[in-house]
Amino acid sequence: MSGSSRRDFLKTSALIGAGITGLSISSAKAAPKNILSENRMGVLVDTTVCIGCRQCEWACKEAHDLPAGNIASYENREVFYNMRRPSENALTVVNQYSAGKGSDLPVDVKVQCMHCDHPACVSACIVGALSKEENGSVIWDTDKCIGCRYCMVACPFQIPAFQYNKALDPKIMKCDFCFERTKEGKLPACVEICPVEALTYGPRTELISIAKDRIKRDPDRYIDHIYGEKEAGGTAWMYLGNQEFAKLDFPEPGDKPAVGVSESIQHGIFAYFVPPVSLYALLGGIMWINKHRKSSDEEEK
Amino acid sequence: MSNDYSSPVLIKHKFLTPGVFVLIVLAVNGLVFLMGRFFFGLGAVTHLNNQYPWGLWIGVDVAAGVALAAGGFTTAALGHVWHKEEYHLIVRPALLTAMLGYTFVAFGVFVDIGRWYFIWHPLIMWNGTSALFEVGICVMIYLTVLYIEFLPIVTERFIGNVNLPGFLSRMNKPVDRLLRVLDRGLSKTMFIFIIAGIVLSTLHQSSLGTLMIVAGYKMHPLWQTPVLPLLFLLSAIAVGFPMVIFESILASRSFGLKPEMHILSKLGSMIAPLLGVYLAFKIGDMFIRKTFVYLSEVNTASVMFTIEVLLGVIIPLRMFLSPKVLKSPGLLFTAASLVVLGVLINRINNFIVAYSPPYSLHSYFPAFGEFSVTIGLIAILILLYRVIVMNFPVISLPGKQKAAQTKYTIKGTK
Repeated sequence: MSGSSRRDFLKTSALIGAGITGLSISSAKAAPKNILSENRMGVLVDTTVCIGCRQCEWACKEAHDLPAGNIASYENREVFYNMRRPSENALTVVNQYSAGKGSDLPVDVKVQCMHCDHPACVSACIVGALSKEENGSVIWDTDKCIGCRYCMVACPFQIPAFQYNKALDPKIMKCDFCFERTKEGKLPACVEICPVEALTYGPRTELISIAKDRIKRDPDRYIDHIYGEKEAGGTAWMYLGNQEFAKLDFPEPGDKPAVGVSESIQHGIFAYFVPPVSLYALLGGIMWINKHRKSSDEEEK
Repeated sequence: MSNDYSSPVLIKHKFLTPGVFVLIVLAVNGLVFLMGRFFFGLGAVTHLNNQYPWGLWIGVDVAAGVALAAGGFTTAALGHVWHKEEYHLIVRPALLTAMLGYTFVAFGVFVDIGRWYFIWHPLIMWNGTSALFEVGICVMIYLTVLYIEFLPIVTERFIGNVNLPGFLSRMNKPVDRLLRVLDRGLSKTMFIFIIAGIVLSTLHQSSLGTLMIVAGYKMHPLWQTPVLPLLFLLSAIAVGFPMVIFESILASRSFGLKPEMHILSKLGSMIAPLLGVYLAFKIGDMFIRKTFVYLSEVNTASVMFTIEVLLGVIIPLRMFLSPKVLKSPGLLFTAASLVVLGVLINRINNFIVAYSPPYSLHSYFPAFGEFSVTIGLIAILILLYRVIVMNFPVISLPGKQKAAQTKYTIKGTK
């Protein structure tokens, strides 16, 4: 390698380094919206109150322009024979379980997106199509999503569903906490229709104190656990129950946010682009030394 | 790049053989199902569902595809960074495999994502916390780098050889001049791209491992570990040379050439330590997290893990330590194939077998359509490889270095 190209080498290496550092600054701005507001809203689901009327399922479909059918058809209780999960056709479903303590009645559990405080889907999404909004909801942006379904892989509650049978414009379907309705000051559709007030909508911090209060007032009715207060780092939707939540098919994701490990690894590899740039410099150095050694060997010959 | 040790030539061989015919049939079958996917949606061709969002296409086409294209950056490091010129004759075939491999990966992603027409979105919509974003951007840049690294092969083919048909023949001279300028520019700056290619590879090979970490408890403990990125990187580095050996012996057989055993044996002797490092981390991680308890029960996960480690790492590691294996084309090929198979199984295990969602209403086994598309794409890849080595100087013929040398003095540089 001649002297001039050696200088070129150093110059270009420096330029690339500068370019990449510039990149890291702009990438910080491009992060998706992930707000953890003090006043974020939530819902407290009291599974001991729910009667399994499934009117919330109907109201949810109506509010999200999904084929809902006749509300009377939701009185059919045969659906409880099999566990159902939220899907692209139903953003919320109610499942029924055998009775818990202090009651002979079956327990009904409404399932939908938990709207995590540290959502794995928001962290994982390749284009930042999912965002945690100020009001606590985790919502999906149809204009960004590329349909890679990494959010479904990431979600600890296995919630996002995908329209596999659409060739064009398939969507990720999940509960959006009635983002459009609450913006207008309305209640989420499921909360509004619930005939027994099993669902309480309010600021998350208040809901926690309401829940603690209920457990304290009626310790025979509830087990001492608010599911969602700490699970996966805390969720906007929280549950009260009269038996272990594992028996009600709730997952046990642990108290740490699912995103923790993967984000710290990701940030470790890309700490201000220092590791990749150093590796580049190191390899450049080795290349230069080896080339230099070769050419001086040839000169000696 | 100097041609002291290698002088690639165009391979002259009949294109259509019975094997090629079979590949064409497989390719057409894959394309039919691919049309089904684009006309009727993913659900029409795949068994993917809301419980199992990622299947064969992500596990094999993308994850294994990236790993098995690692021959490109490992040989580039050996040949160019460590400047071992005797290996230059395997750099080009490895580069071609990497280029085609990554093209196949990118196409695999295109096929798998539901909203394929938005595949360009990550270019302008960034999410720094997403491992997938990192993989996507790195693969995109690396694919570009691979095409740039391949350009000198194109200029070498056409400089002094530009022969455009019809009225375009007036353009012969300017095009030739353009190619010469390009060639000179590239040979001065190529080192930038070569190093960039290696850095980009280490980045996304490891980030591919970070991908499944976010799945947390949904992934079987035998595979779910915070050192997954390191394991992915180490296995990619370990599979690079075996893939080159695998592909080189296969190509030699297909074209009726003698395998370059003097180079391949030397390459083979480097594999055992690389596999050893990978195995040490894999087993070490297993003991630190005490996951060996999961091997005491017999189920899909433990069986697949055992196959992956025993067949894909331990047996070939032992084989590569034996001088007899290194000298015999057949045994060397077997050992290299085992490593390739092992990494393939590892990626399938990580992305499909290990993924166990809490609510599994339907289990997942790839549909016939998914197998068809994957096999069809691999068939197209092999056919493209064949077309390119028959039309571009990629493969060096054994014992023809001297004669071929003069043929390329036509090249403007050096």
